[in-house]
Amino acid sequence: MAYALQQLINGLTLGSMYGLIAIGYTMVYGIIGMINFAHGDIFMVSAFIAVTAFTLLAAADVSSIPLALTFVLIVSIFFTSAYGWAVERIAYRPLRGSTRLAPLISAIGMSIFLQNTVQLTQGARVKPIPPVIEGGFEVWSTPDFTVQVGWSQLLIIVITVIMMFAFTWLITQTPFGRQQRSCEQDRTMASLLGINVDRTISFTFMLGASLAAVAGVMVTVYYGVIDFYIGFLAGIKAFTAAVLGGIGSLPGAMLGGLLIGLIESFWSAYLWAEYKDVATFAILCLVLMLRPSGLLGRPEVEKV
Amino acid sequence: MSTLLSVRELTMRFGGLTAIDQLSLEVPASKITGIIGPNGAGKTTLFNCLTGFYKPTTGTLRLNHPDRGEIRLESLPSHRVARDAQVVRTFQNIRLFPKMTVLENLIVAQHNVLQRASKFSIAGIFALPGYRKAEGEAMARAGTWLHRLNLEQFADHAAGDLPYGIQRRIEIARALCVNPVLLCLDEPAAGLNPRESAELNELLLYLSGELGIAILLIEHDMSVVMNVSDHICVINYGRKIAEGSPEKVQNDPHVIKAYLGEDDEDEASGGIAA
Amino acid sequence: MSTVVFARHQVTATERFRDAGWVAFVALILGIPLIGLTTVDGGGALEVETRFGVLAIFVVVSFVGRLGLRWLIDTMGARKLERLRDDSNKSAGISPVKVVNILGWIALGASIALPIMYSDNRYVVDTATTVLIYVMLGWGLNVVVGLAGLLDLGYVAFYAVGAYSYALLSTQYGWGFWEALPVSGGLAATFGILLGYPILRLRGDYLAIVTLGFGEIIRIILVNWTEFSNGPNGISSIPRPSLFGLDFTRSPAEGEQTFASFFGIEYSPMHRLIFLYYLILVLALLTHAFVSRLRKLPIGRAWEALREDEIACQAMGMNTTNIKLSAFAIGAMLGGFAGMFFAARQGFISPESFTFTESAIILAIVVLGGMGSQMGVVLAATLLVLIPEFGRNFSEYRMLLFGAAMVLIMVWKPSGLLSHREPTLRLSRGGAAINDAVKEAAQ
Repeated sequence: MAYALQQLINGLTLGSMYGLIAIGYTMVYGIIGMINFAHGDIFMVSAFIAVTAFTLLAAADVSSIPLALTFVLIVSIFFTSAYGWAVERIAYRPLRGSTRLAPLISAIGMSIFLQNTVQLTQGARVKPIPPVIEGGFEVWSTPDFTVQVGWSQLLIIVITVIMMFAFTWLITQTPFGRQQRSCEQDRTMASLLGINVDRTISFTFMLGASLAAVAGVMVTVYYGVIDFYIGFLAGIKAFTAAVLGGIGSLPGAMLGGLLIGLIESFWSAYLWAEYKDVATFAILCLVLMLRPSGLLGRPEVEKV
Repeated sequence: MSTLLSVRELTMRFGGLTAIDQLSLEVPASKITGIIGPNGAGKTTLFNCLTGFYKPTTGTLRLNHPDRGEIRLESLPSHRVARDAQVVRTFQNIRLFPKMTVLENLIVAQHNVLQRASKFSIAGIFALPGYRKAEGEAMARAGTWLHRLNLEQFADHAAGDLPYGIQRRIEIARALCVNPVLLCLDEPAAGLNPRESAELNELLLYLSGELGIAILLIEHDMSVVMNVSDHICVINYGRKIAEGSPEKVQNDPHVIKAYLGEDDEDEASGGIAA
Repeated sequence: MSTVVFARHQVTATERFRDAGWVAFVALILGIPLIGLTTVDGGGALEVETRFGVLAIFVVVSFVGRLGLRWLIDTMGARKLERLRDDSNKSAGISPVKVVNILGWIALGASIALPIMYSDNRYVVDTATTVLIYVMLGWGLNVVVGLAGLLDLGYVAFYAVGAYSYALLSTQYGWGFWEALPVSGGLAATFGILLGYPILRLRGDYLAIVTLGFGEIIRIILVNWTEFSNGPNGISSIPRPSLFGLDFTRSPAEGEQTFASFFGIEYSPMHRLIFLYYLILVLALLTHAFVSRLRKLPIGRAWEALREDEIACQAMGMNTTNIKLSAFAIGAMLGGFAGMFFAARQGFISPESFTFTESAIILAIVVLGGMGSQMGVVLAATLLVLIPEFGRNFSEYRMLLFGAAMVLIMVWKPSGLLSHREPTLRLSRGGAAINDAVKEAAQ
């Protein structure tokens, strides 16, 4: 029981990060109907930016953790959203309005390009940083197992919750959110009504990248090691999460992320850790067979 | 007058919305049956139930197939409705295979015959005589309909690049290539100019009169429906509100009310007859 | 002919510089975290190292590059307009179909002549063999993606199935290449149906992620199920194919003859390479003939119709389930053959060779080639294999170039290199049957 609780906590932590990345996929899909394959690599870039920023801070002898975290988050969000913007501008905007597969291929190309750029400029070796937040507290102790919540885990969950609220507010309450939703429904009409569609789409990419940046910082804090390859797997998992939850649905992305996090940690704990990805994909297949539009997705009824 | 299709107490619900409510309808063989009604009355839903795209909530759809006896359409998936029951439809928002040529569209419609002749593609790959013969026949049938619908000059054009009126004709030609006993046309005159819709009238009369194909026709263009239909069924809010000959339906107070509301009855009858 | 006025905004020098300046600014922002700064291991802990010199070069290159690119695009655009103006008066030149056909014959001739001309150049023959493997894979995937329009991101799974089934059949049970060929193909096709069945109802992007997942599942199983696949170490000493029983070895096995001894020529390791090259050439040409023929049969037209409109297919009485499954099965079978050849050529396989990147490359070949175009696949496969080869001298840039090329080609030609679609049949070629029918109808 205690062991299961521990897995629940680990799963939620992992799932929060997947969820944050998944939102980026789902938003982009919602607005231009394409899989942004490079999103996982945007997340990876953000983790590298976070490592550099943490190292800079360490060199400058900044010891206040809240100060350091805020600084790293801001720096990482700033640069990562610039990457999100640039990727859209270079690889996707020229292909808007062409076949559905063209932007997908260009996205895959972008993903390979980003991965190799980072490998070249930052090195292929793993980057370890000293732990930023150490320790935790005991939640429950039984004779044979102690349930621990790390401060970093708590931080990740809290930040994710805050991001979710901020994000829901942004989409439902602000003029940008209205523009974003209108572009999702009908881009042509939105542009006829005077909405700058290009800018809205760019902003959507920057927002998605910002959330990926938050996830990137969290991963750096939580694991303490990153390499140029983390984007691929995290991207695939997050995309799976977005599809599982119903692509295009923001709460769905979060739900999907949490589910995948939980499946992974429970499967690894009780069954075979090496097959955890198989489990993730198998469950995705099962869910899609029963609900072809994902858990919270609007069923795609084609009008005949 | 023998009945080809009899619809009995058909009901189709989507969640709380009842699109078709206890609708009963007889479609006679070799005749044109018009279905009219205001937008959202449930006409296309009826077609979707008939052709297997929707599974009716309740009710039966019995087809008296001239060769195959009684077929219950509600239990068939959509492709078997076309293949086995030979009930073929067109779509309100034209659904051609846009990048394929007109001729290819018409050959694809004969897929089942050709596929059988190609014997899992083996006879096809080696172009054995049996397959070649079937292919020749398919080309001939496509050629006949291309000619009859005046589409020959477009045969090798991509279907999606052609004008709207022509695409409507292609869709009908394609449906005819399936060899239908019942042809369901969903607003075939929408977007046609007066000359084109006159040609359509002539075609429909030829199909039912000369070839004995029963036609079920959804149409808003009264110049088409009133001129060609042998029998008209008016539905509103998923219910049948009137039925009968074109003259009878035109003067039916329920129909006038459904189309134009309570008042201005004189104007209303004029409007429908136009 | 009505007159079309082509009005163009003349770009001024100031605008060009402002545009390039903006690009340079973006380059600066993007460059700071990745180029300007990096972390290096400084004795246990990371240290930040600055490379502002490189960053400055990057920004300047971006500025100049943008100026040049803008100028190039503008002049090319102006030329294109000129040509359009001229063309409106003249009839079109040679039809694209003819050009592609001629190109095809040239390519065929070149591929037959290549090993003769480079019979002592191991590198050329090897690279050409790789190109042909990708051409074959591209043709196989073309059935699924290009013709049937089903997005498959896990095609490499079938490649792996083909490769592993030959590797296991030959090393465990002593099967030869030719005996194993139908079995490997059949197994791959079975896997194709296995994958196809649960995802029949899924559309577009849902299909993409499930197929991707399938590819990953196969790879993960190959990595972890060590008793079956020998895990990450892979399977080695897979026997090479022989030519009607003639091996390509230095010394013959007991009671057998080698290729060299049979023909009484001196043994050369190149013989095997050239044989393998011709083997894949034949396999690829067979694939091409097979797929081209299928395209003109009911099944092929049904695939294309499925890509165009699934609902209309059902309304025409077509069983879309069977059509989808047949596309998956045939695509998978061809992938399996290619995989089998790969295993036989390498003599060693491991899960390393069957990653998602491989699927992405094959899909890129199909899409860059121009969905459904057989010649386009050849062109795209050649480009995508050769571009990284050009970067061999500075090998760490290979994949970087590859990724950049994918983006650039796509942006340059969004519908693919050869996007012309040739109809499967024409009215004029319908022959006597159609004319008779028309006459009959006219009476």
